[in-house]
Amino acid sequence: MNYYLLIPFLPLAAFLINILFGKSLLKENAHWVAILAVAGSWVISVATLIDVMGGKTLNQDLYTWVSSGGFKASVGFLIDPLTAVMLIVVTTCSTLIHIYSTGYMHGDNGYYRFFSYLSLFTFCMLMLVMANNFMQLYFGWEGVGLCSYFLIGYYFNKKSASDAGKKAFIVNRFGDFGFGIGIFVIFLTFGTIYYEPVFSQAGAFATKTVNFLGYDVHLMTLIALLLFCGSIGKSAQMPLHVWLPDAMEGPTPVSALIHAATMVTAGVFLVARCSPIFSLSETALMVVALTGAITSLFAATIGLVQNDLKRIIAYSTVSQLGYMFLACGVGAYTAGIFHLYTHAFFKALLFLCAGSVMHAMSGELDIQKMGGLKKHMPITYWTMLIASLSIAGVPGLAGFFSKDEILWMAYSGPSPVGKLVWLSGTLVAFLTAFYSFRLIFLTFHGKFRGTHEQEHHLHESPKSMTIPLMLLCVGAVASGWVGIPALIGENLGIHNYIAEFMKPVLGHPEGHGTHGEEMMVMLVSVAVGFAGIGLAYFMYMMRPDLPGKLATQFSGAYKVLFNKYYVDELYSAIIVRPTIWIARNILIGVTDARIIEAIVNGVPSAIGGFSRQLRKVQTGFLHHYALIMAAGVLIVMGLMLMRSW
Amino acid sequence: MPLVMPDLKPITPEIVMTCLALFILVADVFIKRKETLALLSIIGMAAAAFTFALPGALNTTFGGMFISDGYSMFFKIVFALNVILTILISVKYLAVERVNFGEYYALLLFSTLGMMIMASAGDLIVLYLGLELMALSTYILAGFIRYDMKSNEAALKYFLLGSFASAFLLYGISLAYGLTGTTNLDRIAMTISEKGLAGKPALTLSMIMIAVAFSFKIAAVPFHMWAPDAYEGAPTSVTAFMSVGPKAAGFAVIGRVFLMAFPMVRAEWVAVFIPIAIMTMAVGNIVALSQTNIKRMLAYSSIAHAGYALLGIIAGTADGLASMMNYMLIYAFMNMGAFAVIIMLRSEGFKGDAISDYEGLSKTHPLAAALMLVFMFSLTGIPPTAGFMGKFYIFMAAINAGYTWLVIIAVIFSAISAYFYLRIVMNMYMKDPKETVTLTTSPSMGLALAITTVAVLAIGVLPAKVIYLARVAFP
Repeated sequence: MNYYLLIPFLPLAAFLINILFGKSLLKENAHWVAILAVAGSWVISVATLIDVMGGKTLNQDLYTWVSSGGFKASVGFLIDPLTAVMLIVVTTCSTLIHIYSTGYMHGDNGYYRFFSYLSLFTFCMLMLVMANNFMQLYFGWEGVGLCSYFLIGYYFNKKSASDAGKKAFIVNRFGDFGFGIGIFVIFLTFGTIYYEPVFSQAGAFATKTVNFLGYDVHLMTLIALLLFCGSIGKSAQMPLHVWLPDAMEGPTPVSALIHAATMVTAGVFLVARCSPIFSLSETALMVVALTGAITSLFAATIGLVQNDLKRIIAYSTVSQLGYMFLACGVGAYTAGIFHLYTHAFFKALLFLCAGSVMHAMSGELDIQKMGGLKKHMPITYWTMLIASLSIAGVPGLAGFFSKDEILWMAYSGPSPVGKLVWLSGTLVAFLTAFYSFRLIFLTFHGKFRGTHEQEHHLHESPKSMTIPLMLLCVGAVASGWVGIPALIGENLGIHNYIAEFMKPVLGHPEGHGTHGEEMMVMLVSVAVGFAGIGLAYFMYMMRPDLPGKLATQFSGAYKVLFNKYYVDELYSAIIVRPTIWIARNILIGVTDARIIEAIVNGVPSAIGGFSRQLRKVQTGFLHHYALIMAAGVLIVMGLMLMRSW
Repeated sequence: MPLVMPDLKPITPEIVMTCLALFILVADVFIKRKETLALLSIIGMAAAAFTFALPGALNTTFGGMFISDGYSMFFKIVFALNVILTILISVKYLAVERVNFGEYYALLLFSTLGMMIMASAGDLIVLYLGLELMALSTYILAGFIRYDMKSNEAALKYFLLGSFASAFLLYGISLAYGLTGTTNLDRIAMTISEKGLAGKPALTLSMIMIAVAFSFKIAAVPFHMWAPDAYEGAPTSVTAFMSVGPKAAGFAVIGRVFLMAFPMVRAEWVAVFIPIAIMTMAVGNIVALSQTNIKRMLAYSSIAHAGYALLGIIAGTADGLASMMNYMLIYAFMNMGAFAVIIMLRSEGFKGDAISDYEGLSKTHPLAAALMLVFMFSLTGIPPTAGFMGKFYIFMAAINAGYTWLVIIAVIFSAISAYFYLRIVMNMYMKDPKETVTLTTSPSMGLALAITTVAVLAIGVLPAKVIYLARVAFP
């Protein structure tokens, strides 16, 4: 057996130890088991990455769970460049966030429970990215969803938290329904659920159409779009984005790990992993690109006016995930995964900084009640500033390289909607820079606007929290350096390493533009980034009265944005309330009370009565028994006689 | 006729078993500690099982009367497991019941020997020989608590009705012999096709008689009447033994006889077994609902499980038989496990076999309750336990053979069965303990529980290996 296989099973072991012995034995030491396990996974992941860089890949079944007819389901692992990158992202973020949590969750009643869920989550996420078949992918997919549910509702005594957990779970059902059907269609088409044969045979079905609900549909488009349904749910894209902002009810390390760095990016991973299928359908790619572009623009505009620290970052996450889909949709899967990887660092960092601020502010989240925190918590300030510069696309930092790669690929690629999504992406880059620095200026600069008591309490967080911040900060700065574009790199003798590394799995479309155009795209994205920062500085540092005035002047637009385009209200009106009405008045009132209750109570009591009658046959008298046996023989003979007639 | 020494290699396990059983019988006179006999029996049984793997073990001998093949081997493994697990759960129990006598072990071994001969029988006479050896030993075992009226009653009822069933079997065999002039299974099949006997009323009658006798052994309805009384009255360890062993042996001979000797009249015997299977599932599951004694409930449960396993025979395909064999193995583990827990509850002056005795067990003895939960889940067929996989393969084989409607019926009754199995779980976990229950534990009991629990969970999670074994065992 290969040592790679330890990567997911170390966290699983940690989960089992913590859930079984955490409450009674480990208690305040529960984090040791979890951290050791995930750090072990990280070490092996790094070794795996080195092996894969040396050209090694692995596609191996660990054991076959069920094999019947043509159907075979196994626990099996695929290690290739894509998996290797995901392993690094997942284990690095997970390890640092585990360490951060020891400080953040200190003294919490459910300390062991928190760490066991984190371990379980890490296990499921690793199973997801390491799968070599769709069944295991689905297992990991649902597993992370379950852990997300547990952790969003971690403070289950709080109604808003348990509601948010339910919301995340139910909204994801919609997407996963399509995803599940997509896997069925794959099995029906290919007769297997293994990646390797599916992807190698996909080309043969490139022009096949099938009848779906009465329409002739291009088969690969159908499969790709069904799979993409899962991505929409998991990665919080329009129209299923509503759960992610609410998911901020969970503890902040959870927001950083699950709802920024890893789980929500699983949808992007799915599209990249299934790129052989997506690439066969122009329609599907276009849907992916447009969904991504619209979501990123939509979420960024909402982010402009929100006041909840974590929700701003949550909308930023939705927006950046849209960016990744935009990249995949124009065929630049590598660029999408590259952004996934850099985003994991700076977004996890933003969340952890937000957690650090919350820690100092005793749980306060309204940025209008903050201000001037810079002098109280310098480490948090500087790391968060660097993360914001990175996400704003300031040259040299991680976010710059991945964002520039996406925009250039959109601009120069063959996609029919390429120029359009480039334009929207550039606009989003401007908005992103603006809201990120609005957050920085309102939180850390100016005068403190909270209560006197809060101000007295302000302090920098403990080392267990600030050290992970500083380590992630290194990632937010440097993680992009593996993908320096040829335009800059070729004079310095630096390659675009990540593109070369991923090429065997994801391909790397060559841009059709000139150097001049590439330079233009880059300069435009840098310029709008700085413009966004500048505007934020102008509005919140130089003219702090201006935002309020604008809000009253454009109160209509402001209200729409502030209320998140009323999407929640819309869903509530057309889905939630009608469902509840049907449930109350028809399902409970009629179906349950009259029909199901009648069956549920009636059938068992009938069977029970029958049972008591039948029991009387068992008299205990031997001659009765012999008689029944003889009668049985006669009945069987009679049946056979009737049969021959 | 020159006397040729037959090839003894295929029959080595049976020879070892015979010597072992006789040795235990004699050793009983000299050995005071009966636990030593238990240990010797287990070692001997394991040794006999090891001879399965000797070279030349797979062959036909005694002129086709004795067949040692993958099929019989698989069943012999089930029988070996059955007797070893039974001995493990008996050791302390016999002392509690104050019937700690050595011939108990000899009888278990003789009975197992009978089962092994049945599984290997290539001739109806050999089959009868094995069947009676098994049955007579089990009758005595059922009445082993000789001062207990109920145990005596169980033995007598089992014996008289068993004799009745044997009469049917002999009648069937004599009809078959009269028609074909042979008792060899292969030659019966050949003669049927050569002489065009298929469809003749006498042959159908012979087949029905044989089917009835086997249905008695597997406790299929309406030939099941002995089972609830015998299961309840017999010592619990013997109930465990006879709920698994004779049933598996019955299935072994049904598969052998009907697929080997009567393949030409398949349509007829399928028509016999389908109503029997439906009635068995119906009566077993429905009457189990209103039981108050757990041994009696498991008797009806055992009847119901025979109904499910019959679907594999009815399917008649290689997959069907493999799934039936697989089911017997899984059933052995889960039923043995359940009976082991029941035996643990029996202590001096406390019978512990009423369903109400399980109330609040999770609070007083959480581990025992958790184990019982696993076995009850498995008997219900809830994943990830072995019981689920067993049912899954049986049902799938039946569907693939075109009996979807039969599977729908089976699933409905299987759903009903959840009620009485989960009632035990409900009693254990959702009620408060009424009286303190003391558990009678011993190292051997712990070992038996460990084996059965691990097997039930492992087969549930990794079923592919077991179904593969059963699949290659079938020729």
